[in-house]
Amino acid sequence: MQVPAPFEYERATSVDQAIGLLERLGNSARLVAGGHSLLPMMKLRLANFEYLIDINPLHAELGYIRFEADEVRIGAMTRHRELLESDELAAAFPIFRDAERVIADPVVRNRGTLGGSLCQADPSEDLSAVCTTLDASCVIRGPGGAERVVGMEEFHVGPYETAVGDGEMLIEVRLPVRKQGGSAYEKVERRAGDWAVVSAGAAVWLAPDGTIADARVGLAAVGPNTTGIPEISAALWGNTPAEELYEQAGAIAARSCDPATDQRGSEDYKRHLADELTRRTLRKAVERARS
Amino acid sequence: MQVTMIVNDVEVTREIEGRLLLVHFLRDTLSLTGTHWGCDTSNCGTCVVWLDGEPVKSCTVLAAMADGHEVRTVEGLAKGGELDPIQEGFMQCHGLQCGFCTPGMMMTCRALLDKNPDPTDAEIREAISGQICRCTGYSTIVRSVRWASVHEAAAAVNQ
Repeated sequence: MQVPAPFEYERATSVDQAIGLLERLGNSARLVAGGHSLLPMMKLRLANFEYLIDINPLHAELGYIRFEADEVRIGAMTRHRELLESDELAAAFPIFRDAERVIADPVVRNRGTLGGSLCQADPSEDLSAVCTTLDASCVIRGPGGAERVVGMEEFHVGPYETAVGDGEMLIEVRLPVRKQGGSAYEKVERRAGDWAVVSAGAAVWLAPDGTIADARVGLAAVGPNTTGIPEISAALWGNTPAEELYEQAGAIAARSCDPATDQRGSEDYKRHLADELTRRTLRKAVERARS
Repeated sequence: MQVTMIVNDVEVTREIEGRLLLVHFLRDTLSLTGTHWGCDTSNCGTCVVWLDGEPVKSCTVLAAMADGHEVRTVEGLAKGGELDPIQEGFMQCHGLQCGFCTPGMMMTCRALLDKNPDPTDAEIREAISGQICRCTGYSTIVRSVRWASVHEAAAAVNQ
């Protein structure tokens, strides 16, 4: 029987009360949202805490998808199912629905959250790649209601490590909305609901003349971080979308990533996937930006 | 710590450890052994119960998280001694062989029909994609859910 080591269970009643608890208890405490990454790690005793602060009661406060003029704001407690089912989100960023369809399974998606996924900071985690692709910003709240906003590159410090410090909490993710954009996500997995062997996200924004005004690619499971690849963006800027251009981007993805051979596949195979999935997602993102 | 929740329409209050998982609370503390305990890693889905009407994998939910909420298990499917159409469907269409995955399958499929009374085979398969039948009897499970869907629709017309 797998059970977590003993801990004191605390229940959050508001964001600021949870931050107050974190401040008081320091790094002996951890927030738990959906729990579908953290509890399995605690069962395996890979993670042990003296206090677990349950923030599920904050779903009413932090479970939302808001559409502003120039950005979409998503609360950290928004669950995978809510992200999958939002037609407005799928219209603004189809990459979200692409990714949510292949994250775990429908029952797990009833519990798992956006904030929990990002804070877990697993290098194969899909939403981190999505947020990287969309150039998301993370709103981190600390003691006294002080808020700071960090980009994804800064948010992900390393595997299982984020910029969220002791006494702080990720409360919101902001996605900039720009004109004539399209996005897509593709994942190769060994079986339904598994972690990615490799996955790729792409977002493209077109200029009025049909050339690429901006483009971003985010990869998962091919290195310690799911950071974007600036060289791909630079290669695409100002060019007319074409198959040769996607090939060029795929080649950059394959050589820029840093995969390791493991039970999911060899390094060579993963580089091949990074190349192929980069091409496929760019192709689809452009199609969507045009329609 | 003390928790109070509604389980199958009955309020229960118990003293528990914070680390107790909902599946063990149901099986060991409340003796509701209809909910099965399988892989322990949220992969197999035999432990699926409803938390506030949503299917969840109870091996990956703390009992404490259900405090103040409503839980429904396979024991809470039948009403007034009458089987739920999902249970009837599994019986009619041979939806179970060894029966180990059955409680989780039925809880997920009941929730599916509540949201989508006439699902396609693909939608049924998607709904149970996080659940494993090691007898590999998926075709008959899909048929059982179709049976329940058709019979519920017919019953609604007759009323």
